Amino acid sequence: MSQSHLLREHAPITEAGWKLIDEEARERLLPGLATRRLVDFSGPLGWEHSATNVGRVERANVSELKGVEAKRRVVLPLIELRTPFTVSREELSAGDRGAEDVDFAELDAAALRIAEAENTSVFHAWPKAGIEGIASSSPHKPIARKKSFEDYPGCVARAVELLLRSGIAGPYGVALGREDYTSVVETAEHGGYPLLEHLREIVKGPLVWAPGVKGAVVLSMRGGDFSFESGEDLSVGYESHDANVVNLYIEESYSFRVLTPEAAVAITAPRAR
Amino acid sequence: MGFDQYHEPPDELPEQTRTFARLCSSLTEEAEAIGWYEQRLAIEKDPEALAVMADAVGEEYKHFSMDLEFLLRRTPKWRQIAEGVLFKPGDIVEHGEAAEAAADDDGDEDGDAPAAAAPSGGSLGIGSLRGEGM
Repeated sequence: MSQSHLLREHAPITEAGWKLIDEEARERLLPGLATRRLVDFSGPLGWEHSATNVGRVERANVSELKGVEAKRRVVLPLIELRTPFTVSREELSAGDRGAEDVDFAELDAAALRIAEAENTSVFHAWPKAGIEGIASSSPHKPIARKKSFEDYPGCVARAVELLLRSGIAGPYGVALGREDYTSVVETAEHGGYPLLEHLREIVKGPLVWAPGVKGAVVLSMRGGDFSFESGEDLSVGYESHDANVVNLYIEESYSFRVLTPEAAVAITAPRAR
Repeated sequence: MGFDQYHEPPDELPEQTRTFARLCSSLTEEAEAIGWYEQRLAIEKDPEALAVMADAVGEEYKHFSMDLEFLLRRTPKWRQIAEGVLFKPGDIVEHGEAAEAAADDDGDEDGDAPAAAAPSGGSLGIGSLRGEGM
């Protein structure tokens, strides 16, 4: 299906320029897309795909006619995320000449913004968009870590034990917010054993850098618990241009459902609300 | 043996291109199996054996269809052409030519390649990254 709504053919950008932009966008997006490393992903089903079937109806009878029963299907609408960025036409010309240091600073920032937004919506809920977050819908009381991170393996082990006790099988993965990620990577436990290695042994699944996530979330990766449905996958489109710059954007559409709220446990900072 | 689906050195191929190649191989194998069952069913005389094989070929239809759907989702231009050809009454070749021309008119020159390997139409072809992490 054509993705002509992105209007890429109207941008004053050469084929080589688009290749540079797409490669840069992919490269900058991939590290931060934590959600896609941890939950079930389906699609992309296309820009025209507007809603996810949840198999339910609302109100038993909305018919105004006697003898006719009518029910209204409940669906989960997809949300559209779009974040703008600008590329200098001078820089694009430099790229066409073979420059290897084209300035894509705004694109890089936009990639991080949208990855962060995707993670935030999935882990911490966007109620107005109908998205229940993994952490916010978990019935388990969040586990508060100590300030020093020394007890972090204990926190993760308690989270895994909590999941096991709830009948939630592994393997498990961990979405680590920025502060938690940095501390986990740089911390060695008593004896110098890296904390990262210890955590990996406990969860048996991926530990993921998750910008936008507050604290950390331990979740099951057995499948069937968290569903990300992609309409249009992350794409770069054209907005407008003038003599100096081209205005572009990164866009995607998706819905997200928590099917098993008890399949995740949040780990919070000691001073968390 | 085992790595025959790669035409280029696997180490030089992106992960998503390797996945695409695996599914292409799987699609080929399912189509071969369907052809084999068709021949077996044509000559088998034992009704019980016929019933078993008729059931088995249904599995192959399912596998082929799932492989195809996966590949079409990852390849926008292929999908666009397929939409112009599949499940339509009338002249298959005419539909094919028209669908190909329409896809070419969109100016999507990279569209023959999988979206994941060479993004086309604006999609960056990222999709699922499940299991990837530290």
